[in-house]
Amino acid sequence: MADTGFVQKEKLEEFLRELSKDAVVYAPCLEGDTVIFKTFDPGTTLCLDRPANNPPKLAVFPQSETLFSFKYKKDAEDPRKMSVELEANTDFPRAIIFGARPCDAKGFRIYDRVYMDTNTPDPYYQGRREKTMIATLCCSAPSPGCFCVAVGGGPAHREGSDVLITQFEKGYFIEPVTEKGKTILNAPQIEDGAQYAEEAHKRQLESHDLVRNPFAEDGLPKISRSLFDLDEFWEHVVSKCLSCGACTYLCPTCYCFNITDEQSLDIGERIRSWDGCMFPHFTLEGSGHNPRPTKFKRFKNRVGHKFLYYPEKYNGVIACCGCGRCIRHCPVSVDISEIVSYLRGSRFEFTNEPPESIGTDTNS
Amino acid sequence: MTENKNPYLPDLATVIKVIDETPNIKSYQVILNDPEKMKTFFYEPGQVGQLSVFGVGESTFVINSPPTRMDYLQFSVMRVGEVTSVIHELHEGDQIGVRAPLGNWFPYEEMKGKKILFIGGGIGLAPLRTLILFMLDNRADYGDITILYGSRTPPDLCYKDDLKEWESRSDVSLILTVDTEYPGWDKRTGFVPTVLNEIAPSPEDTIAITCGPPIMIKFVLQNLAKLNFKDENIITTLEARMKCGIGICGRCNIGSKYICKDGPVFSLAQLKEYRAEI
Repeated sequence: MADTGFVQKEKLEEFLRELSKDAVVYAPCLEGDTVIFKTFDPGTTLCLDRPANNPPKLAVFPQSETLFSFKYKKDAEDPRKMSVELEANTDFPRAIIFGARPCDAKGFRIYDRVYMDTNTPDPYYQGRREKTMIATLCCSAPSPGCFCVAVGGGPAHREGSDVLITQFEKGYFIEPVTEKGKTILNAPQIEDGAQYAEEAHKRQLESHDLVRNPFAEDGLPKISRSLFDLDEFWEHVVSKCLSCGACTYLCPTCYCFNITDEQSLDIGERIRSWDGCMFPHFTLEGSGHNPRPTKFKRFKNRVGHKFLYYPEKYNGVIACCGCGRCIRHCPVSVDISEIVSYLRGSRFEFTNEPPESIGTDTNS
Repeated sequence: MTENKNPYLPDLATVIKVIDETPNIKSYQVILNDPEKMKTFFYEPGQVGQLSVFGVGESTFVINSPPTRMDYLQFSVMRVGEVTSVIHELHEGDQIGVRAPLGNWFPYEEMKGKKILFIGGGIGLAPLRTLILFMLDNRADYGDITILYGSRTPPDLCYKDDLKEWESRSDVSLILTVDTEYPGWDKRTGFVPTVLNEIAPSPEDTIAITCGPPIMIKFVLQNLAKLNFKDENIITTLEARMKCGIGICGRCNIGSKYICKDGPVFSLAQLKEYRAEI
């Protein structure tokens, strides 16, 4: 088998259909004007021209999934008594994420440390993750808001990818990164890619300079702790945030969730669903006490989690992959890269007098 | 928690006794349905567990019976929300789920030979009870034990049988208080932090352990500082809305620490280091 492969552009869909034979394939598909990562089926229109609006995290961490089902049973001899049976399934089918971006692939590594590399691994995440191959498409042109290079990534970064794909006019150069990735070369649509290798690597190197670095520095951004701990700073910079939570749902590295029960008659399920730290009810306790009662405290926690708390736990790794989705899709244009720039202390002139238009924060 | 076990899957358990503690707090004694698991169940004083009512959900409670008395696991539940309201409807024989033990525990080894000052408010006596009973079962290891406990009114005091016993013991000093005067109440009145100032315990060789409503903890910590207690000799247990119980779901963090995994027990020195807002 050759070390690398190439798929002609016109054979791409056939190639994906081939992959679909023994794996669930997720790919970026066009829905109206929107590019959505979803399961690839015949009839879906692929779109590899720009990063999908949503990250592929749903392939490994579904928006909603069953943790276990339960069944109540009446005692035959004493109908007032009930017993309960629980059933959990952590066996999942093979999956391929095709056309993720390097930022998306890096996002899975940020999940891995929390969900797998621990003495209490999450069996649902791990069950899916170990059976998922990530085939990543190098970025040739950044989208508005992208800043992967500023958080340790890049448009051809390999971290988290099993396969790296470089786009050519005629088709796609396919380069396995891991052992798992090598199996992709078995598909009959694959030609030997050797002749494209040199040019692909040249393009990969060049692409790095295309992405903006809002922090304008080499290495990872360092946050000024005194600025970070200043409540007025947060009130000022997040005053326009709507607490809609879009940034968390569209983030390849956000992993907060909720657990709820659904029941109908004597059967039901315990369900895990995405949740977000930007929502006021996220930390609201039964007693009515809320340790993060205001919008600015929630926002501070979100930025703190990505740029201070996660790095503190995981050897300096930042829990942001710079995909820019939270910037592109924020309805009021809150820009996390701008906030982190401010927090470096270089661009923020804080006068201690927030503009009059910024009122006191509310609980909403 | 055992490695490689599904951490979300509760053990099935049976309620063997329900105790009415106060008008809105009940204690539940439960045993795991699997006798082998019950026999080998191991936990430390201060660790918590998630109780499940299948179809309604889970909530976190401290295991407030000490590991030195392992006939059952006891949880005390204040009726405040959806899950706790349903738990309040449970009876002896009912089936529930238990995910335990979770979190860290009181550093009882480091407290050996010291004087111990417990400061509790309302349901906040639950985690303290575990350690108090544990220390009383290992009485020779610890110095003077003082318990300051308060609630809104006398009927709101938890664990009335325990209070009676502690009051009668010569090796325990129990100080009870309720917020305001109440018919038939002949003991102290006033908020816990205020009474703490009045009794002014010496910080000399003493560990203070406090748990109660957030506002009580806040003022107790301030007053302990005024009494010259060192931050590392002040221990508290924190509450938060928890879901996963294993430090993933993102609710209960203080900076990079998770109350469900790194806590619920923290020293004031640690909380200051983590920049906790209390």
